[in-house]
Amino acid sequence: MRSRIHRALFGLVAAVIAVQQVTAYTGSEYYLTQLTMSAYYSLVIVGLCLLMGYAGQISLGHAGFFAIGGYISAFLTTHDLSPLKDSGIVSFLSKAGLLSQRTDLYGGRLLTVQPWAACIVAILATVVIAYIVGGPVLRLKGHYLAMATLGFGTIIYRIAIGTTALGAADGLSDVPPFRLLPFLEVSGEMSDRVQNYYIAWGLVILAVLFSLNIIHSRIGRALRSIHGAEDAANAMGIDTARYKLNTFVLSAVFASVAGVFLTHYNGGIGPSEASIMKSVRYVAIVAVGGMANLWGALVMGTLLNFLSLRGYLGTYDDAVFGGILIIIMLFVPQGLLHVDVFRGLRGLVLRRPNEKET
Amino acid sequence: MNFDLFFQYIVAGITYGTIYAVVAIGFNIIYNATGIINFAQGEFVMLGGMTAVTLLRYLPLPAAVLAAMIITMLVGGLIEILFIRWLYKPSVLRMIIITIGLSILIRETALHIWGEGVKALPYFTGTSVSSIKLGGVFISPQVLWVVGISAVMVALLNIFFSYTITGRQMRACSVNRDAARLCGINAKNMVTLSFMLSAAIGALGGCIVSPITYVQYDSGTPLAIKGFTVAILGGLGNSVAAVAAGLVLGILESFSIWVMPAAYKDVISISILLLILFVRPSGLFGSKEAADLKEF
Repeated sequence: MRSRIHRALFGLVAAVIAVQQVTAYTGSEYYLTQLTMSAYYSLVIVGLCLLMGYAGQISLGHAGFFAIGGYISAFLTTHDLSPLKDSGIVSFLSKAGLLSQRTDLYGGRLLTVQPWAACIVAILATVVIAYIVGGPVLRLKGHYLAMATLGFGTIIYRIAIGTTALGAADGLSDVPPFRLLPFLEVSGEMSDRVQNYYIAWGLVILAVLFSLNIIHSRIGRALRSIHGAEDAANAMGIDTARYKLNTFVLSAVFASVAGVFLTHYNGGIGPSEASIMKSVRYVAIVAVGGMANLWGALVMGTLLNFLSLRGYLGTYDDAVFGGILIIIMLFVPQGLLHVDVFRGLRGLVLRRPNEKET
Repeated sequence: MNFDLFFQYIVAGITYGTIYAVVAIGFNIIYNATGIINFAQGEFVMLGGMTAVTLLRYLPLPAAVLAAMIITMLVGGLIEILFIRWLYKPSVLRMIIITIGLSILIRETALHIWGEGVKALPYFTGTSVSSIKLGGVFISPQVLWVVGISAVMVALLNIFFSYTITGRQMRACSVNRDAARLCGINAKNMVTLSFMLSAAIGALGGCIVSPITYVQYDSGTPLAIKGFTVAILGGLGNSVAAVAAGLVLGILESFSIWVMPAAYKDVISISILLLILFVRPSGLFGSKEAADLKEF
């Protein structure tokens, strides 16, 4: 098992590098922009895959967590604190090195929170919100759980679109770059395109590594037992409520981190990121990937988001995702990229019985 | 707040509450027959309103509304036959995802047919400015149409479910599907029928309310969430309680504008939904024991 994971991870790293090299040699580096954005969306999807596929809990509100991360970091890094310069809290923050001075487009002086501090605040806020919401929500099942998470997503969307401090329908823009290391920053600058591609995919690889470790541990087995039969898992002494809640919070954090990074990369965030359609998209992709199949979710997430972001789907963008949901759920509810499909294909091509199926 | 304004809010609340109740009844009919929550219920409302607006070019108003109901009803039936009828014991998660997919497809189809524009039927009597004065309160005649037609519809539904053979067969299926089949009831047809019925009811709701609230290709989802809130508030499956719950939510919402900006109106109703789900998932009027037996 271990060696298979290592091989797969190695393959992912190799694929990420290969794609970048190919675009560099063919002069099509403009693809990297969408690939970077797809990577951040895939991060949400990896988290959601843990929750849906392994813990068996649907969430139709994950765009909400993405938006919480994005909006908090966008708000903190663009909200000018200089009118409050003399107040106790602001001067304390300033002394603690949490604030940064910069000039805006028109030459005005801005005093804002440092991106890394904003990022930490965003993640902490997500954790708190996810615990508060997740506690009662995850006690629900089936339709009730779906509607409750849908409701949560809608609330976040309404707040984003209805609050003038958050830019209402226009969202927030002019978000500064996020300097991770002296030579590494998350920004939409053309010259930083390659390094941003690697930052994004590095993050995804870390997330996948982390998730795989969880899946193949005691926690992962507990989660699958919850998915299979929750009552039985409970009877076996597994604290199902705690496992479900922790997975929910973890997947929320994944979404929130993706929101923070993508907001810095795009230089802004709008309410459409919080919309229900986004949440449905994430669910669609996890479903297409095969629910409990991290690799499937990752491949489909990258592919579909890339196609959608490049505009290949045209005005049928949302319709494609709706159609995918229906077709997959009607005909192959276990997912398109389920391992069995591969095995079946291999069996067809090689015409020999699979050794593993005995 | 003076007395007249207070009543004005009440009237607005009743209007919206009635529509929520109509959507909730649609949810309940399908839920009773299949145990499915049809996430595309709001789209039936939108489809009804849109179709009626288009048909109005060729037909007089009552005929257009009737034709819109029939068309939406056929769409509802077709959806059931194509996407749901032949599934063998689908899981709840699978049904949720399929109906969500359907709602997206219907919405996108509507977008391609009718565009993004906002549409509305004309006021059934009078115009948007005409009003009837009751005491110190001005009521648009359309409000009376909405309340009146919905009341008649609820009454007719009750008669249908209590006294007609088909209605009683549908009820039998919702109580015990296997026993109903042993009695020679075609349970699958009853499910198709429930989809048709609930599509027609949704379409009627969309028609009567469109002069006041307008319809747009994406006006279904918010209505579905409100309708679901109401269905839960009344206790899932209980249509009479849904009417009462609809009025409660409508009035609460209309007064919420008084305390909070209108942009947060939905936040109020959805917070109520979450609160009920957390505290009392059997609904305000439902019994807890009955709720425990159901599978959500």
